[in-house]
Amino acid sequence: MDTAVDPAVAARRPWIRRFVAKMPWVTRFCASWLIVIVAAAVFADLIPGLADPNYQGFLFGDGATNEGPGLSHFLGTDNNSRDILARIVYGARVSLTVALAAVFMGVVFGGFFGSLVGFVRGKTDSTVMAVVDVILAFPGLVLLLTVVTLLGRRDLVVIATVIGFLSIPPYTRVARANALSISRREFVTAARAIGTKKRTILFREVIPNVLPTLLAYAMVNAAVIILLEGALAFLGLSVEPPTSSWGTMVNASRVDLQINVWPAIWPSLALVFTVYSLNNVGDWLRRLRSVRSAAL
Amino acid sequence: MGSFIAIRLVRLVATLLAVSFLTFLLVNLLPGDAINALIPIEAQQDQEYVAQVRAEWGLNDPMLVRYGKWLGDAVRGDLGESIVTSRAVSSEIAHRIPVTGELMIVTVVFSVLMAVPLGVMSAYREGSRLDQVISGGAQFALSVPGFVAGLLFIYVFAMKLGWFPATGWTRISNSISGNLMTVTLPALSLSVIEVAVYARVVRSDLVTTLKEDYILSARSKGLRDGFILFRHALRPSSLTLITVVGLNIGLLLGGTVVVEFLFALPGLGKRLLDAIFQRDFMMVQGITVFVAMVYVVVNTLVDLVYLVVDPRIRKAD
Amino acid sequence: MPDNVANSPLLEVDDLRTTFTIPTGDVKAVRGVSFTLDRGRTLGIVGESGSGKTVLARSIMRLNLGTNVTTTGTAAFDGNDVLTRSPSEMRQLWGSEMAMVFQDPMTSLNPLVRVQRQVTEHLCRHLNLNRSEARQAAVDLLREVRIPDPDTRLRSFPHELSGGMRQRVCIAVALACEPSLLFADEPTTALDVTVQHQILNLLSREQADREMAMVLVTHDLGVVAGRTDDTMVMYAGTVAEYAPTVSLFADMRHPYSEALMRSIPLTSFPSHTRLAAITGRPPDLIDPPTGCAFSPRCPYVQDHCVNEAPPLVEIDDPAHRLACWTPVGSPEALTAFEKNLAAGLPQAVAVDVSTTWSPTGGVDG
Repeated sequence: MDTAVDPAVAARRPWIRRFVAKMPWVTRFCASWLIVIVAAAVFADLIPGLADPNYQGFLFGDGATNEGPGLSHFLGTDNNSRDILARIVYGARVSLTVALAAVFMGVVFGGFFGSLVGFVRGKTDSTVMAVVDVILAFPGLVLLLTVVTLLGRRDLVVIATVIGFLSIPPYTRVARANALSISRREFVTAARAIGTKKRTILFREVIPNVLPTLLAYAMVNAAVIILLEGALAFLGLSVEPPTSSWGTMVNASRVDLQINVWPAIWPSLALVFTVYSLNNVGDWLRRLRSVRSAAL
Repeated sequence: MGSFIAIRLVRLVATLLAVSFLTFLLVNLLPGDAINALIPIEAQQDQEYVAQVRAEWGLNDPMLVRYGKWLGDAVRGDLGESIVTSRAVSSEIAHRIPVTGELMIVTVVFSVLMAVPLGVMSAYREGSRLDQVISGGAQFALSVPGFVAGLLFIYVFAMKLGWFPATGWTRISNSISGNLMTVTLPALSLSVIEVAVYARVVRSDLVTTLKEDYILSARSKGLRDGFILFRHALRPSSLTLITVVGLNIGLLLGGTVVVEFLFALPGLGKRLLDAIFQRDFMMVQGITVFVAMVYVVVNTLVDLVYLVVDPRIRKAD
Repeated sequence: MPDNVANSPLLEVDDLRTTFTIPTGDVKAVRGVSFTLDRGRTLGIVGESGSGKTVLARSIMRLNLGTNVTTTGTAAFDGNDVLTRSPSEMRQLWGSEMAMVFQDPMTSLNPLVRVQRQVTEHLCRHLNLNRSEARQAAVDLLREVRIPDPDTRLRSFPHELSGGMRQRVCIAVALACEPSLLFADEPTTALDVTVQHQILNLLSREQADREMAMVLVTHDLGVVAGRTDDTMVMYAGTVAEYAPTVSLFADMRHPYSEALMRSIPLTSFPSHTRLAAITGRPPDLIDPPTGCAFSPRCPYVQDHCVNEAPPLVEIDDPAHRLACWTPVGSPEALTAFEKNLAAGLPQAVAVDVSTTWSPTGGVDG
């Protein structure tokens, strides 16, 4: 039992092991899955034996369409006789790139604007928040659909940028709410009282205290973004084929669903597990934070 | 109370204006000139014809003028006409509201009915095995998108068991039972995430409420647990639930697009998709504005429901 | 049998212990408390925050919520232990036999429920009244707790009433089913000073009129003075001193009781008098001291106090019980104080600099 470990011994362990020791086993499993999927996406080209995701074997008399899971194709082939495992691994690139773009743009721009307006308040605050409120007044997927369609071009850069741009408003709102309460805390008042420059207070006191909350939010937000990209791809409006994306794969599997369910099952599982893992680890981090702040 | 309503209404109008302007801006500023949708590329050689069409559609006017015209028409219920079908956008929307509306109402009602008992049980036995199962299940359900759930339901209940049709829609005016058959699977697909969201909200809110002094004081009066839960604790929590249902309408509207596509339902979402594929920009603009308006109006209504449920706000005026 | 019931005390608490299990250890909030309370009598429980007085009251009423609470010992109500009763038996007792008035009337009434339902809902349950009977009973109750215009007030929501009014409503709720035992847990702490006396007087009057037993929990010795028959001073989950209120105030023997008394400002003090705060903090209840719990803060501490906890024993007057090795005013106490003062012990120094007090006992005057 991990709980029975003598605290003095536990304290000597490296921090990462101590961190992991606190995780429930489900969370450990989820964290491992996230590491595996990220590694697979990053190093997809280097994985030995991984097929070309766009190679249609049946055109060359090499394999059949709709093969079940087996030795030659670990997870089977789709209705174009492409290797499903390879398509899932490369599909992870799309999902994760989009999620990363959203988190990055959200944390950097949303975090900055939110902290700024929450700290200075006044007219800047009401103007920025009015814009944010209007963008948030659109149902996310509908706005995304409209923007993506009107842009006309649909490669990974465009999709990631649009989704990233649309994630700025929610992060702004979260950051602002936090910055508002932080700006009323004693250490900010103290910094003001001793005449610290506003810009210094913003970067030294406010933003560092907003960041942890924002990062915990980012976990859960990444899950939402992956679902959003999945939905977009399922509607055929994410990255153009033949680039694989989990949502695109699920959509394509519908044609032969009667005769072969595997092409529907695998990408669905990959999607659900990744999103679940992000939610689970995110919830755990949030609980950890609230316990810690309660202990202070 | 009067000024509370007035403030909300002013804010509602301001948001609606801003939303319509942003949509107009999006549709008119982004690359992909509307002329491409009006005239096939090959026919664009004929400069005279192009100029004539541009004038006809008012594409030569400055954007603000065009927005003004469009807004003036929109206020009178005229959202222009579809470039592809030449039918009025507003009548196409009206024709499709019953499908999407029914789908959403059934989903919300079903989800709330499922989520409230689950959340209450979970909160009442906080930390128990039952709570762990419900909370864990909700966390998982939150990760299942509508198209995955929908495909699973189609495979199991339509293809394998044959209980429901896989696709299509029967209008309620044609056959009530047929309508029920066609709404069940789509609504269930949308409900998976909704139930999870609502159950989590009810649970976390109720857990806090159950630690309030007035719950202890109700216990010290010898009231039954069930009475305390439903007559004392759930009422404040229901406020949060109403807000979340309102905020979640946005997510649900997105969900209906996907589910209508999957089940081939003749709803607003399907129409929006068709318009997108046909580059029917009047239609896209009209539906986007309409959907955003519904969302904004619903959230204003939620604010007003607060008035009814929470006497403190009624007084706070 | 009826004789027997009438003669036996209403409440007999024996070696009650309540422990909360939290991740960092077991918090021993109440550590062996015994007392008896006869029908129609009143007991004041006094102690600072964290002394276990509220937990004690809630333990007797079985109102400590959560799965991490364990209570041992016995608390016999009408001769039967309440700690072993089933939840449904407890619900029969709650409201009808035992009732509680809570500290903060702002939070102990449901903000979303009208006063009428909050006053009558348990009447309907315990006494099987119908709606109109319950309403009439509610009007009578509100009138009795001196709420003007009860008919209108019944239709109000709690936020429409002032703090004092709300506490009157809470008292009406508690009195509704004529309980034989009322716990008042710091009933005036959250109220304005001007209202505090009115509420205390109301409680005392109702207690006397109804011949109801009452336990008044407070951190303020001034509240129990002249209002309760007996007073129990609690410290760190144990009883420090227990005596009839009159004899306690005449002859305060525990250093902690004395320290509480010393921290009450009196109008007879010259202006700018420094009040002697009690130095240090209440002990850690996860790992309480082996000796007397007050020893780290006591100006009369000697080695013996640190090593062995003093038992609660009767002193001169058999009704006056005390847990202390060096009672205030005893020669040992005086010697110990001088020794501690010479050694510069903060708690002794703090007492010494407060000019209004002398170690021979009492306030200079």
